[in-house]
Amino acid sequence: MDKLITVSPSPHIHSGQSVEKLMYGVVIALVPAFIVSLFFYGIGAIVVTGISIVSCILFEYLIQKFILKIEVRIADGSAMVTGLLLAFNLPSNLPWWIIIIGALVSIGIGKMTFGGLGNNPFNPALVGRVFLLISFPVQMTSYPVPSGMSTPYISSIEGFTGPTPLGILKEGLKQGTPVAELMQDLPSHLDLFVGNMGGSMGEIAGAALLLGMLYLLIRKIITWHIPVSIITTVFLFTGILYLINPVTNADPLFHILTGGLLLGAIFMATDYVTSPMTPPGMLIYGVGIGLITIIIRVYGAYPEGVSFAILIMNGFVPLLNRYIKPKRFGEEVKNG
Amino acid sequence: MLKTFTRGGVHPAENKLSVNQKIIDLGLPASVSIPISMHLGVPSKPMVEKGSEVEVGQLIAAGDGFVSANIHSPFSGKILKIDKYLDPSGYKRDSIFIDIEGDTWLPEIDRSSDIKKEFSYSAEEIIQKIKDAGIVGLGGATFPSHVKLSIPRGRKAEYLIINGVECEPYLTADHVLMLEKSEELLIGTSLLMRGLKVDKAVIGIENNKPDAIEKLQKIALNYKGISVQALKVKYPQGGEKQLIKSILNREVPSGGLPVDIGAVVFNVGTAFAVYEAIQKNKPLIERIVTVTGKKLKKPSNFRVRIGTPINMLIEAAGGLPDNTGKVINGGPMMGKALPDTNIPVVKGSSGILLIPAEESKRKAVEPCIRCSKCVSVCPLGLEPYLLMALSQKSLFDRLEAEHVMDCIECGSCSYICPSGRPLLDYIRLGKSEVGKIIRSRKK
Repeated sequence: MDKLITVSPSPHIHSGQSVEKLMYGVVIALVPAFIVSLFFYGIGAIVVTGISIVSCILFEYLIQKFILKIEVRIADGSAMVTGLLLAFNLPSNLPWWIIIIGALVSIGIGKMTFGGLGNNPFNPALVGRVFLLISFPVQMTSYPVPSGMSTPYISSIEGFTGPTPLGILKEGLKQGTPVAELMQDLPSHLDLFVGNMGGSMGEIAGAALLLGMLYLLIRKIITWHIPVSIITTVFLFTGILYLINPVTNADPLFHILTGGLLLGAIFMATDYVTSPMTPPGMLIYGVGIGLITIIIRVYGAYPEGVSFAILIMNGFVPLLNRYIKPKRFGEEVKNG
Repeated sequence: MLKTFTRGGVHPAENKLSVNQKIIDLGLPASVSIPISMHLGVPSKPMVEKGSEVEVGQLIAAGDGFVSANIHSPFSGKILKIDKYLDPSGYKRDSIFIDIEGDTWLPEIDRSSDIKKEFSYSAEEIIQKIKDAGIVGLGGATFPSHVKLSIPRGRKAEYLIINGVECEPYLTADHVLMLEKSEELLIGTSLLMRGLKVDKAVIGIENNKPDAIEKLQKIALNYKGISVQALKVKYPQGGEKQLIKSILNREVPSGGLPVDIGAVVFNVGTAFAVYEAIQKNKPLIERIVTVTGKKLKKPSNFRVRIGTPINMLIEAAGGLPDNTGKVINGGPMMGKALPDTNIPVVKGSSGILLIPAEESKRKAVEPCIRCSKCVSVCPLGLEPYLLMALSQKSLFDRLEAEHVMDCIECGSCSYICPSGRPLLDYIRLGKSEVGKIIRSRKK
């Protein structure tokens, strides 16, 4: 041989899988929900999403370049996904400066403080969202009434904003109104499914989110374990409550289609970095999220609990990884 | 649904470029070096000296102890010297140098292509003949076959499994062997069944070789107890543990042997070598080698004598392509990259794969995003990301507790990792350290 050849250990081929492909895959899966949001909330959806993505990427760049002085990796798409998911968790009429604060908290505190991609224990977008919810409760809970493309961005004007279906339910139950009566004022299940309701801009479109899930599953970006265990737990838990007392409890389908449940189960809880590494761990994590969500919704002060439930279960992930192991090959001798 | 193993696995592009190439006999080189360590176990003891004349098939190095194997001269000529030479392990090791003169075979070797079906040997005779012929596992592990056939006391073989999976991308040596030497392969299988005293044998073949499945199924009708099982294509199905799981749905216990659950596995190449050794008196002196690569002119399957330098194989397949970046002995998933092409073919060489420069370099290493893909593809149910981290931190007690020694080094984790992390590199490092600790504990 008269020229140098590479000598390295096997394997000598690679799947071609990359962080970028996975991240942009998530972005593609979120497109249908974004379109629905645009359809119901108009220009506000674009403004909120745009500001959120741009500021998340910008903050990541600034922190990597000037504070941590490490390699800038904004092109890997993870900051874009955080920005997109943060936007999906905000009302589409949120003032621009609040969005920027949310992005700073998401990227700065939620992600970079821990060392950046791969190291953060809590879902960055949810850290930002919950920070805003606690700091700006009024702005964060006055959702625009879906009124199509003509909905203005700043629509804090009376008549243009309203609570979410879950908010109406919580308020009504507090005053002792039976669920059946409340349901007459609430959007129909079909409206809930297509997204014709008040809520955070990305959480309303149940059908579109499920389409996104299908894409993620087909491309093997996520596995079924987390979304299915969350949704099943919520269905069973609320189903039991509904069977026990249908006067004070909404039906299970209502719970699945409202609030951030589908967005949370499909896109937030499945965040690689903050979810468990083994299938049995994922199932426990999913069941935990489902239970905590409904406990907050039914017995807590907040009408909605998905964000808190995911953040709480994020905290258990290192423990799950440590003690919940995959089924090893040859662990139990089977003679089939 | 086709059978396959249940846990993990990947499906790399198959790239079986040489699939339609008939087996070609390669000519003789001028001089060769035969490494005395071509098998798992103790290196053989040279039985010849400088200046000795040898004939084809003559014993030149004898197995040293039980786990070792005889080596026979693949060529006739004069022994030049016994000296260190580069072999496919990448190290210089003792080798017997032969200056080739003519092609004189030992007279007892039957070189005709007549198929000899009948045999009346006892199990012990069969095992002895296999031992004498220096047969080792030709799938790549090169474990001496007579050791595998000697079932430990207290255990009983129930099934013989013949491995025709060839799950490595690019390689086709086993495939063409199954097509061209079908009858011989089945006779070899019958011999191994007799050696093991079992009455059931299953030949496992992945579904991407429908011609081989069909042909062997037809011929197997004439052989009692032998069946052919088509399998769904999934890497690493050619791994012993995975193949047994696919066919028998039994799991070899962690740290155990296949015979613990009643199975013994041999490669199709080994079964053919057994046929030749017993029915034709021919020791293991040649094998089928695939020479392949995307830029290679004529990807081929050659029958070559052990010891032939691989550059001769590459020349016969159209020459080394200009931009070759890597030369691999074996397949792309588990093969070894060679530092040179002037290295001899050994008993375990199933293929020579030439990878172009642009595919030779690994992608840049990025942070682990904890996507858990490595966990989901691991066929042993291990957690490669964790094993790598523990290995990096030299936490060997925990590595052992996390079953690092179960790793079969199939490379599925490194293959799938979106961040291009060198998972298997670190796992190997950890395995070697943990192995040392385990051995020192036994002392």
